[in-house]
Amino acid sequence: MPLADYKQYVAMDRLPSIWCPGCGNGTALKALALALAELEIPPDKTLLANGIGCSGRVGDYVRCHRFHGTHGRTLAFVTGIKLVRPEIKAVCFLGDGDCAAIGMSHFVHSARRNVDIATIVVNNFNYGMTGGQFSPLSPHNAITSTSSSGKPEPDIDICKLADVAGANYVSRTTIYHVTEMKNYIKEALGKKGFSFVEIISPCPTYYARYNKLGNIIQQLEWLKDKFIPIEKYNQMEDAEKENFFWRGRLTDRNLPDLLSAYTLGSRG
Amino acid sequence: MTIKKLLTGNDACTYAAINAGARFFAGYPITPATEIVELCSELMTDYNGIFIQMEDEIASIAAVIGASLGGTKAFTATSGPGLALMSENIGFAAMAEVPCVIINVQRYGPSTGIATKFSQSDVMTVRWGSPGDHSLIVLAPSSVQDSYDLTVEAFNLSERFRTPVILLSDAALAHVREKVEIREPGELDLYQRKKPSNPVDGYLPYGTLHNDVPVMSNFGDEHILRVTGLVHQASGYSSDNPRIAEELVQRLARKIDDYQEELPAPLFYGNQSAELIIVSFGISARASLEAVNIVNKGGFKAGMLELRTIWPFPRKKVKEVCSGAKKILVVEANHGQVRELLISCGIPPEKLRGVNKQNAEVITPSEVLSALKEENS
Repeated sequence: MPLADYKQYVAMDRLPSIWCPGCGNGTALKALALALAELEIPPDKTLLANGIGCSGRVGDYVRCHRFHGTHGRTLAFVTGIKLVRPEIKAVCFLGDGDCAAIGMSHFVHSARRNVDIATIVVNNFNYGMTGGQFSPLSPHNAITSTSSSGKPEPDIDICKLADVAGANYVSRTTIYHVTEMKNYIKEALGKKGFSFVEIISPCPTYYARYNKLGNIIQQLEWLKDKFIPIEKYNQMEDAEKENFFWRGRLTDRNLPDLLSAYTLGSRG
Repeated sequence: MTIKKLLTGNDACTYAAINAGARFFAGYPITPATEIVELCSELMTDYNGIFIQMEDEIASIAAVIGASLGGTKAFTATSGPGLALMSENIGFAAMAEVPCVIINVQRYGPSTGIATKFSQSDVMTVRWGSPGDHSLIVLAPSSVQDSYDLTVEAFNLSERFRTPVILLSDAALAHVREKVEIREPGELDLYQRKKPSNPVDGYLPYGTLHNDVPVMSNFGDEHILRVTGLVHQASGYSSDNPRIAEELVQRLARKIDDYQEELPAPLFYGNQSAELIIVSFGISARASLEAVNIVNKGGFKAGMLELRTIWPFPRKKVKEVCSGAKKILVVEANHGQVRELLISCGIPPEKLRGVNKQNAEVITPSEVLSALKEENS
């Protein structure tokens, strides 16, 4: 099998997947596999770690090393793996609940420590696996199965949080922007230290239905129209910004990662 | 070589872990286990290991499990409130069959209790803190020497059985200083986890069993490893098949419960034919032994069974020792947790007398002596 073949990372014999038609998780997995193939990272040096929920099932469809931990704790487990096996390319593939709710503390501290992990969050604005409840990343006023008259809480910009916490690389894109998604994942994989890609994804079964976002074509068009390049977004007036979201690279720097800092700090 | 040192229980556990080959520690400082965290921060550097202070106990045990799956012997240390936070991931380690050691230095509870004070009230929590059916191993040292020896044993058993092993220390043992004979790595029998010899292609992480324990690779090895807390097939991919689920959880219990002869056996002290028997563990067994020695020298006969493996509970030996006794005193600094276990072994409750203390102080030899004398009169 040629090395630059994304299928070497995907357990094709285990497809079709558990995910609903139109879900973004499979598209994100393919983008990840393509990025791994282009970087020619051997499957036995690749670890895909995931949490709980829809995104948490991604490990059932890969052929590289796979870790599936407890809800929200994936980054803490992988911190331990990376510290003893630094040669492994570790990818944490999380959902918005897993990363931004129950796992928020580990997310912030992993970015602060600058652990050498590429983290991908497939943000579908809700908890799909348990039936469409709101997450901290669901927009303010979103209709979900636990906010039938609109989510009363504001959301949080998880990318800005990763940036201030100390991540070396932060970007955001959507399932619609497939080439950009693969390129951002590739950039994240190539970066030493904590790197983070947020991928906005449709949830046709719950979020899109509750919020009347139409069929899957209309949902993808919504992603295309609403998520605009960060440069363009930054030039907008505040009132106009309310109708859009940004996508693009927020952070790209080269602070020492945890293991380098550890080696220099305590052994130097 | 063997060297003699004056050490606390916490220090002894730490040196034992290092000498047993542990090269990864993740923890969160908590009284009365903090000295282990502090000493590890120094020693791991000296031994080219990794020390990391995590954001909480949940992350600490998670990092330990991760490091172990990377192939490094790993451990953490905590106390009641921290143990409570670790529970979910201890269950994960049991389910995914990850070797790891947790030193639980018991303090007074429930909840935050008295942080600096002694108790032996985690007997049930260490066993049943995590949901679902599984077995695990819990060892209880009664001296600083024992803290050293049983910590080494804890690592051996965790590697042999691929399971979390909890060392049930306490605030008194953690801080008392005693002479310890330290056997260094060359003098210790150390068990290393088995590595797969199967072909790389088609390797099934949970597919080859040795005494009911899977022979698993580590992350980063050429044999691809798949680990999940979901019910899983031999491949490590998840499954919700009822037959696979039943076989898995039954094996998780069987792989330990059917091999109890490999675990540290209870120690019997005193008179074999005595009708007064004490059952105790940890530092309370020290007070019990002192009292038993006193009565056996001048007066009447008594015997004492010290439990070193608490879980799985050594039912066979306990039943055997207690069968001829007229009265059994269960000496423990809690409300009677081991006493309940004796009842579950079929020992009639009227034959049992709890010698309990719940004022955050250790049980003294004179208190055990008084109880023995009352029962003899």
